[in-house]
Amino acid sequence: MPDFNDYGIGNIIVYLWKLLGWWIGSLGVPEPWVTVIVTLVAIVSLATMALLIPIFTIWLERKLAARFQDRLGPNRAGPYGLLQSFADVIKLLGKEDITPTGADKIVYNLAPLVGVLSVVTLWAVVPLASTMVGARINVGVLYVIGISGLGTIAIMMGGWSSNNKFALLGAFRTVAQLVAYEVPMIVALMVPVLLAGSMNVADIVERQDSMWYLWMAPIAAALFFITSVAEIGRAPFDLLEAESEIVAGYHIEYTGMKFGMWMLTEFLHAFTIAALTATLFLGGWNGPFAKEFPLLGLVYFFIKTFAVYFVVVWSRSTFPRIRIDHLLSLNWKFFTPLALGALVVTSLVMMVMNEFAASASVMARTVTLFAANVALLWFVFELIRRSARQARAEAEGGHDEEHASHGGDGHHDEHGHAPASAH
Amino acid sequence: MSISQILFLIVGAVTLISAVLVVTMRNLVHAALCLIATLFSIAVLFVLLDAGFMAAVQVVLYIGAIAILIIFAVMLTRRVMADGSEQTNSQWPLGLAIAAAALASVAALLNAPVWPALPSVDTSLSISALGKALASPDGYVVPFQIASVLLTVALVGAIAVAGEKK
Repeated sequence: MPDFNDYGIGNIIVYLWKLLGWWIGSLGVPEPWVTVIVTLVAIVSLATMALLIPIFTIWLERKLAARFQDRLGPNRAGPYGLLQSFADVIKLLGKEDITPTGADKIVYNLAPLVGVLSVVTLWAVVPLASTMVGARINVGVLYVIGISGLGTIAIMMGGWSSNNKFALLGAFRTVAQLVAYEVPMIVALMVPVLLAGSMNVADIVERQDSMWYLWMAPIAAALFFITSVAEIGRAPFDLLEAESEIVAGYHIEYTGMKFGMWMLTEFLHAFTIAALTATLFLGGWNGPFAKEFPLLGLVYFFIKTFAVYFVVVWSRSTFPRIRIDHLLSLNWKFFTPLALGALVVTSLVMMVMNEFAASASVMARTVTLFAANVALLWFVFELIRRSARQARAEAEGGHDEEHASHGGDGHHDEHGHAPASAH
Repeated sequence: MSISQILFLIVGAVTLISAVLVVTMRNLVHAALCLIATLFSIAVLFVLLDAGFMAAVQVVLYIGAIAILIIFAVMLTRRVMADGSEQTNSQWPLGLAIAAAALASVAALLNAPVWPALPSVDTSLSISALGKALASPDGYVVPFQIASVLLTVALVGAIAVAGEKK
């Protein structure tokens, strides 16, 4: 029987889990099957936790979005409207389950399942606390990228099998957007891998105990966050479901709980990218006494995740949506080169510091990397400003010199796209 | 029978069945989805062999990129989505010959009397070993660089072919 004193109150979840394994073993179940059963229990509990989170985050998001728009939000069902999500689920369960005529039945019904799967499985590599990691796989970061690809396939399946042109167009847009934004996301993900010297997500968190990678790689952190928001297809990147153009996009034909599963996928994915950002750039479970009391690490992890999630909701309810051609040129002409630049600058700085200042403290490394990032960003904005000025001068026939020079402030040109007709 | 053997049998069966479905399905999108299932179960086989990196690369490249490209191409091509298109063309005898030759060589390999035992490796270090092998002059730096240049040329060529003529 595992001794409670070896674990302590701070590690009580792991203790209970070990106790379960001991108890099943004491019933006479052979050793390998005990491992199978306790692993299944861990998988089911983690997945259930992940699936239950949206019940809360949907309420939170509606409440926050309402506040941003100067409304009250849900306030009828239960205290502060907390039971609103339950009411929604009951409503969805009561709806008619329709499979449209001419739809591809198997693919149509499989698609929402694959969608939920592609998000829930991401939680396997997210370290919740120092002792609570689903799977310490040494290619964790690649696993995250690979699993996101499954989400794209789910959307493709749903859009195609619905036998509806709007759904198909929505799916095409999704693929154009998701495949494009995957490129800078993968390159930005390489920066924390480079800093930690490991692709294991648990290792990346452990290496951040003295300094968050947000300060060492601010550009990569921002790029990862923005491209992840684009990956989940939320405002300002919500072109997958543009009401005025393609109605609801890929899930237009889905009703009842199958529609609920698409919604679940979206909300859970939003929370998952918040968790990944917190894990890779904000130190995950790191915090005071998190090593001694792993349960405290869990609390820090969720505080950080909800802070990032707040930013997701904030940008959703305040930014206007971006047009499809701007979306793609923003990605290919701005994010991708910037991500490659950040990767090269980070590796150069790391190499130079390892060569000439191998004993530099974490603080010195952070300051150098931060300065290098700022310099890169300044350089990129200067380039954009110049090309925008040139484009503007050309558009105006080159005679309106002074107008061209003070109009090129540069901050709208983040679209990587010269606004020749901006005024 | 150990648990990993049971898993292997299940995954192997899924791989074979979905691979057969890839070539027998009449609807091209269904065939592409079966191809994804095949590639994914091969990734699971890599996991069972403790080759996590290969599994992840298999999913990222083959499912995340190539399969999506195939589906996209199929959906954008006219009239190939109709059921009941011809499943063979005039080159089937050649294809059959190549498949038979491949089967014969694999069978000959499997008939080898003694399989040499592989040295055990520390799988936790395999990625850094792979990275060093690809980047060190004693390793595979030349093939790696040649492959990179080739891919860059292909990329530039694709842009040149598809790009707008000015």
